[in-house]
Amino acid sequence: MAQERPIISIRDLEKTYTSKNSQVKALEHINLDIFEGEVFGIIGSSGAGKSTLVRCMNFLERPTNGTVFIDGKDLSELTKKELLTARQSMGMIFQQFNLLMQRNCIDNICFPLEIVGMEKSKAKKRAYELLEVVGLSDKAKAYPAQLSGGQKQRVAIARALATNPKVLLCDEATSALDPATTHSILALLKQINKEMGLTIVVITHEMSVIEEICQRIAIIDESRIVEMGNVIDIFTNPKTQIAKSFASPGGDRPDRVIGNRLVQIIFDGNSSFEPVLAKTILECKAPVNIMFADTKNIDGKAFGQMIIQLPEDENLSNRVLAYLRTQDIIVKEVEESV
Amino acid sequence: MFSSEVIRMIGFGLLETLYMTLVSTALAYGIGMPVGVALVVTEGSSSPFMRGINSVLGILVNLLRSVPFLILLVALIPFTRLVVGTSIGSTATIVPLVIASAPFVARLVESSIKEVDRGVIEAAQCMGASMTKVIYKVMLPEAKPSLIVGSAIAVTTILSYSAMAGFVGGGGLGDIAIRYGYYRYQDDIMIITVALLVVVVQILQEVGMKLAKIGDRRIN
Repeated sequence: MAQERPIISIRDLEKTYTSKNSQVKALEHINLDIFEGEVFGIIGSSGAGKSTLVRCMNFLERPTNGTVFIDGKDLSELTKKELLTARQSMGMIFQQFNLLMQRNCIDNICFPLEIVGMEKSKAKKRAYELLEVVGLSDKAKAYPAQLSGGQKQRVAIARALATNPKVLLCDEATSALDPATTHSILALLKQINKEMGLTIVVITHEMSVIEEICQRIAIIDESRIVEMGNVIDIFTNPKTQIAKSFASPGGDRPDRVIGNRLVQIIFDGNSSFEPVLAKTILECKAPVNIMFADTKNIDGKAFGQMIIQLPEDENLSNRVLAYLRTQDIIVKEVEESV
Repeated sequence: MFSSEVIRMIGFGLLETLYMTLVSTALAYGIGMPVGVALVVTEGSSSPFMRGINSVLGILVNLLRSVPFLILLVALIPFTRLVVGTSIGSTATIVPLVIASAPFVARLVESSIKEVDRGVIEAAQCMGASMTKVIYKVMLPEAKPSLIVGSAIAVTTILSYSAMAGFVGGGGLGDIAIRYGYYRYQDDIMIITVALLVVVVQILQEVGMKLAKIGDRRIN
């Protein structure tokens, strides 16, 4: 899917806000490559700096230090005019949709085309095409105030796509929407990514959004990227505390599970629909106690983990352990924890 | 009740008042609109030059707004003579009216544009819109309903200023009210001119509000 050609490259990026009496570091030591055609997620809590990062990608915010390359071009070396042109190759959608309230849907979609100076009749034609892509052909003359949140975001997506951008930046694009609408908007983005080969950068604070559409993610915490990699790797084996809390919002598990003879089972996507635990119990004729479980179904595969407590009888527990190790899962014995 | 002469005089006064008010409002917007836009655009800019322009404009606007209109009216008499050749009559009144109301209009325009959602402006910048395009295609059209409400406020304020100009022979209904009603104690003329002013204000205000509402796509 993702070709190995970076469309966005960020090197040693730093952003500091200076006010009269204080300096706030919003971003530091950011190094990032986003490849052509992938859906890349940036996740972090509020205030972590993720919105600033996405604004540095189109130079709405000028980084204090470091470079941003878009399609091989160093944005800081562009003239004002060239920067405006470069921005036209990046679409952006927002949490609050940011549609022009005094224009109807068609005219909203025509807006970026007006900016690039496209002929009016041509722009209208393109706008109608895009409205069809986002499934709102019947709303052409409606004003944003007459649309639901999901519909507004669809119009915003159509508008962002109007100038045929190479990248679509989504800043918390689904955070103001209900789960069902979120799902439909994400499905639309996925479809656009597949059909048009558009690179999508998703900024969010919700892991569920990442799970649904991203291939790779970066986790931002306190102005830095703390973890980066494939969604599956980070989900199954989070290294940092913040990554753990995103991977399972229920809590940071092993530490909280009290007891002995504990075993952690990690499902990393190999064991799809095998009822591993039930089979273990039946095979070994031993009862196990589920202390913690957090599993998810991603693309038809099981991901997540469980913590089980083995039976007191040592023979029995060894048998269970041996059996589990023959399965396609990762098994770790967990230290007696407090 | 009134002789036809008085009726003609009041009718002419009404026309003069409308002439002064509308022409002054148009000219005040000619100056105040760009100043208002400039106040918004230069505020908090990263360039010190722009911030400088912002403070200069801000101070100038505040200065002019703090001078009482009656004082300004008298102080500007030499300037008015220079511009229109006389300091008496409705055309002469337009000069101080414009100078007094342009800063007020600038503030009205400034506050209307500030109501435009920052996010929408940001979205336009994302699409590669230049500052000029942001002003013409986003700020002004998006602020339109609020700008119209503002213009209704401006036009009624300018109308009441124009009545004040009657004290220095400014012409219009205010002039009649002062000359006949105030100096000659002709209460009936005073009442009728004031009543007419009330009606005109009422109509201008209503029309402005209606226009703003009809043009606003956020509610319908």
